[in-house]
Amino acid sequence: MIEKDSLKNILYLDLTRKRFWIDERRDLFEEYLGGVGVASKLLIEECPQGADPLSPENVIVFAVGPLNGLFPLASKTVSCFKSPLTKNYGESHAGGRSSIAIRLAGYGAIVIKGASDYPVYISVHGKNVNFRDASALWGVRSSITVGRVLRNVEEGAGIRTIMRIGGAGENLVSYASVNTETYRHFGRLGLGAVFGSKKLKALVISGKTTVPVSDKRLYREVYDKIYDAAAKSPVMKKYHDLGTASNINPLNVMRALPTKNLKESYFDSAERISGEYLAEKYLGRRTACAHCPVACIHLAALREPYANEPYFYKTTMTSYDYELLYSLGSMLGVDDTEAVLKLINEVEMWGLDAMMVGTVLSWITEAFERGIINEDQTMGLKLKWGVYDEYAKAIRYIVTQPNDFYKIAAKGLQSLVEQYGGDSFALTYGGNGMPGYHTGPAAHLTYITGARHSHLDSAGYSLDQEGLKKGLPSVKELATNLYLEESWRQILSSLVVCFFSRGLYTPQLVSEALKVAGFGLTEGDLNNLGKKILKNKNKFKNQEGFNILELKFPRRIFELPTPHGMLEEGRLKEAVDEYRSLLNNS
Amino acid sequence: MVKRLSVVDSNRCTGCQSCMFACSRRFGSGGLANAAIHVKSVGGMEHGFVVVVCRACASPPCAKVCPVDALSVRTGGGVRLDNSKCIGCGLCAKSCPYGAILWNKEENKPIICVYCGYCANYCPHDVIALEELEAKML
Repeated sequence: MIEKDSLKNILYLDLTRKRFWIDERRDLFEEYLGGVGVASKLLIEECPQGADPLSPENVIVFAVGPLNGLFPLASKTVSCFKSPLTKNYGESHAGGRSSIAIRLAGYGAIVIKGASDYPVYISVHGKNVNFRDASALWGVRSSITVGRVLRNVEEGAGIRTIMRIGGAGENLVSYASVNTETYRHFGRLGLGAVFGSKKLKALVISGKTTVPVSDKRLYREVYDKIYDAAAKSPVMKKYHDLGTASNINPLNVMRALPTKNLKESYFDSAERISGEYLAEKYLGRRTACAHCPVACIHLAALREPYANEPYFYKTTMTSYDYELLYSLGSMLGVDDTEAVLKLINEVEMWGLDAMMVGTVLSWITEAFERGIINEDQTMGLKLKWGVYDEYAKAIRYIVTQPNDFYKIAAKGLQSLVEQYGGDSFALTYGGNGMPGYHTGPAAHLTYITGARHSHLDSAGYSLDQEGLKKGLPSVKELATNLYLEESWRQILSSLVVCFFSRGLYTPQLVSEALKVAGFGLTEGDLNNLGKKILKNKNKFKNQEGFNILELKFPRRIFELPTPHGMLEEGRLKEAVDEYRSLLNNS
Repeated sequence: MVKRLSVVDSNRCTGCQSCMFACSRRFGSGGLANAAIHVKSVGGMEHGFVVVVCRACASPPCAKVCPVDALSVRTGGGVRLDNSKCIGCGLCAKSCPYGAILWNKEENKPIICVYCGYCANYCPHDVIALEELEAKML
């Protein structure tokens, strides 16, 4: 890497002692680039084996990579922590302005250790770091309000990130998110609860430094190549025009849209939660992450009258994406567009992982239908497919936890099942809630084998959809494809570029872009490094007691066909074995 | 013909900040230390964005307050900076009602728009454009 590049600087923030220091770790960035490569390594270094995820022993790592601040679409930050939801490896990504802010504040990574005994927020403006008393902010339930308050007292308008938690993080809901720039999230695996356990309400970061390059002419050349490709790419146009919501209709048509806790895979009312419908009727504005010309963030404008006063309205801007429309729409059978937007807004306000909320509520609804759960437990709520009001109240109860039932629900689906049974219809993989694709074997293999149990780990849903045209490969090949995809994605998330740009950032282009940043890695080096990072992540998982052989596929997924027909458990298990041996022998 | 950068329609701005990166990249490096254009939200992303850039005033206050005459008025409007004269006092930045004089903290010097239009080439949504000054009522 380039001698004067500040990427090598790691900012340590000790919440217990309210101290900070900067370590130079050129070695780490030269070996692992940045992003997930560096963050996972720092997690292994800093988090003691067996640490309680909600104790001061847990650490939070944020890391960016060499391409952030240099190239378009390199707009993501990776966080690593021990997950309170799965009790093992936690990793979550977000965009907004987070990656540019961290990089241009002069850091490659930030490590947060210990815990404060009173609420604090931390501001990092370049080298100026302050621990601030946040007692007055604690109890502000809306993550949106926290942003509004800090925006007025902190510097750096336009170049800062304001990461914060809402009520869910404060109340240690295991799937609380950390929200940034109002509409972007470190959504999965419960980073919000880790913030809450450390009494950390927010982290504000800004900076405006130079990022050096190895060759100025080459920099402009490679930049223009990427920028032009992004501007002309049809995939990027799809993300800009309708956004990820454009997937609702096609997935529904192929009968792969999980509906009503996956009792069905076709939603009669899908049209009303589709990208096309939302864009036509509600789209109010598009916004972008810093340094991303695509602008995939779609905000719906919802105008609601106040009941008791004529001509008095409130207009709420709500960010919608495919995963939220699935988890709070089709999964809950909510067919009223405005009701879905309101549920999304609730989840946004409290600071929760929408996918986890959707799978928890859809499980409770089915358990309620079956009489496993009753009104005593739900405190009078009659959860029923499509009934918005009851769902909104249930979300509130999950955050406020007024009884034992909601205390358990706040721990996640796994905890509910352990207490009440009903595991056959619990859509959980390794403790994480299932993403919105019942496209075939590859999707479900991604959920079970992926280090985060996220659809984005190895994108099996994409493989399934390609397979509809040309047929799916053998079990062994499927496992190999997923393993190679997950390995390559470790490189993308070490740079850190958005996964939406994976088609642009080919190994060859990554190698060229890295040359500009002063890294000389061949395509072969990159492939090997991806495998090494994936191995590190799984090492941490296993060290914390994870065993892939103990994971079970939810029974429900075998009960209704995918676009590739009924799934066969035997074949899936064979693929898991193959995946495991690829990982172990790498 | 004298040119200046014009904010054609800030409603189309998505806040991607490609213009800011372009401006800084003129000097060949990454990051934002040299950006003479700034994009920020109108008090929250839900309300959209403002694009802050020098509008090439005919009678620029920044030039009037410069104690060392580092800023000279350009024929037709706007200013030019003589970096060798500048003492980094920051009065110019304070005098601009638009806040359009940004600051390079690494060099402690103002960043003055040179009306080159490089940023406009990288605006994906036609928010900004280089326009001829006389054609427009100021």
